[in-house]
Amino acid sequence: MGFLSGIGRATLVFLAATGRLALFTARGLSHCVRPPFYPRLLVQQMREIGYNSLPVVGLTALFTGMVLALQSYTGFARFNASSAIATVVVLSITRELGPVMAGLMVAGRVGAAMAAEIGTMRVTEQVDALTTLSTNPFKYLVAPRLLAGTLMLPCLVLVADIIGVFGGYVVSIYRLGFNPSAYLTSTAQYLQTIDVVSGLVKAAAFGFIIALMGCYNGYHSKGGAQGVGAATTHAVVSASIMILMINYLLTGLFFS
Amino acid sequence: MSTVSPHSATPKIELIGVKKAFGPKKVLDGVDLSVAKGESFVIIGGSGTGKSVMLKSILGLLRPDAGTIKVDGEETTHIGGRARDRVMTKFGMLFQGGALFDSLPVWQNVAFGLIQGQGMKRSQARDIAIEKLAAVGLGPDVANLSPAELSGGMQKRVGLARAIATTPEIIFFDEPTTGLDPIMADVINDLIVKCVRDLGATALTITHDMASARKISDRIGMLYQGKLIWQGPTSAIDDSGNAYVEQFIHGRAEGPIQMQVKLG
Ligand SMILES: Nc1ncnc2c1ncn2[C@@H]1O[C@H](COP(=O)(O)OP(=O)(O)OP(=O)(O)O)[C@@H](O)[C@H]1O
Ligand SMILES: [Mg+2]
Repeated sequence: MGFLSGIGRATLVFLAATGRLALFTARGLSHCVRPPFYPRLLVQQMREIGYNSLPVVGLTALFTGMVLALQSYTGFARFNASSAIATVVVLSITRELGPVMAGLMVAGRVGAAMAAEIGTMRVTEQVDALTTLSTNPFKYLVAPRLLAGTLMLPCLVLVADIIGVFGGYVVSIYRLGFNPSAYLTSTAQYLQTIDVVSGLVKAAAFGFIIALMGCYNGYHSKGGAQGVGAATTHAVVSASIMILMINYLLTGLFFS
Repeated sequence: MSTVSPHSATPKIELIGVKKAFGPKKVLDGVDLSVAKGESFVIIGGSGTGKSVMLKSILGLLRPDAGTIKVDGEETTHIGGRARDRVMTKFGMLFQGGALFDSLPVWQNVAFGLIQGQGMKRSQARDIAIEKLAAVGLGPDVANLSPAELSGGMQKRVGLARAIATTPEIIFFDEPTTGLDPIMADVINDLIVKCVRDLGATALTITHDMASARKISDRIGMLYQGKLIWQGPTSAIDDSGNAYVEQFIHGRAEGPIQMQVKLG
């Protein structure tokens, strides 16, 4: 009996949390499309999420591309299939690793910062102060972040794709001794628009999730510094897990 | 502008049986209050008796569990969305902790309601902000500082300037003079009086500072155990005939109000 009621209680808690998140998402989205808008804040967030994440995302992509080339070489050399390296690198980067790596890095960098900033504003009553100054916190804080996240992650991933492929190229040419023009030809040969587009769509979804989890956890944080810390952790962990789950679902949708 | 006189039928703010609990803890337990237009009402009461909770309930930042809150005769207890936004434009609030936006410089904090709420031009809003800062005794040199670079008392005064910047009809001050030196406290008292007398604002102030309470209020009410146990004109505070009020205004440790402390 105790066991069953435990399951029941956990289910109720889970459903309540899901409902709260769904409500928050709906409210956030509705404020994205209803005026007044805050273009200044949107630009600021786009700079923060997009431009300022470039170094982190670029480095991640560079090393991912490099290690991909190296690993596939050691694997494929056994089957005399080393000419497939270029294809493996470009498809892995554009379809999976570009968006997922960029998503996880941005979740750590930006999702955490959003949760900490909004959480601090919540516990120091700045969110309440916004309301008393006739400014809707959803419009002022949540909507610009959701929009900026959704718009900027695809841009970041596009850059990451290029840098990642470049990383694979550098290793293949200078370390593994491939012919540059042959490598580039086989890079382009099997690459299709859907490979890149699916990655960018994933990126948009990840950007939305990162901003959503950052805002949601920050907005509902309570209890001072400790509460803000917990909100930050939740934002990063939940965004990361959701990125991996959604990545699986979207891959299934695009390539099945 | 309506032509109703201060003790007319529709109060500016009216609370009827407002209750609010956090879990098992009853903070407000049936508060009845009516503040007339252009009146300055001061709420006194011990620390943790729910004074700030009461202000936040009126503002809709907290949702009361029971009771009715009316602003200008309009029930606002459960409104949200646009209706709430519209009612909010009537209010200015000084938060107990200041609640300044630390991502914005001081002048943008003060001008926030003008720029974001009313859509005023930034240059014009800045001039007004500098003016309001001067009214709370802060020079134009602090305008470009970030709130974190100010002392506690200065932050309080910036919060005050922000609360009055849009010349709201109703202003809430949560402990406006706490943390200020006695001279600056009196300057702030004068400022609050001026807002009420000259601009016709309705003020609801929380304070522990009895000198300030006497100076700025038309009426005083005391909150104790979730209820307004006494309210009356400021002149009557000294012979309230209420043992709780007596003890509070004289700051005596002995009396009906028992503090939960153990002296070693
Ligand atoms: N968000 C909240 N969650 C839980 N309890 C709360 C919350 N806000 C206030 N309380 C509780 O309500 C009670 C009243 O708090 P409130 O801030 O209104 O006190 P106050 O009368 O303003 O005191 P002070 O003079 O010290 O500012 C306190 O006991 C506090 O613990
Ligand atoms: Mg208080």
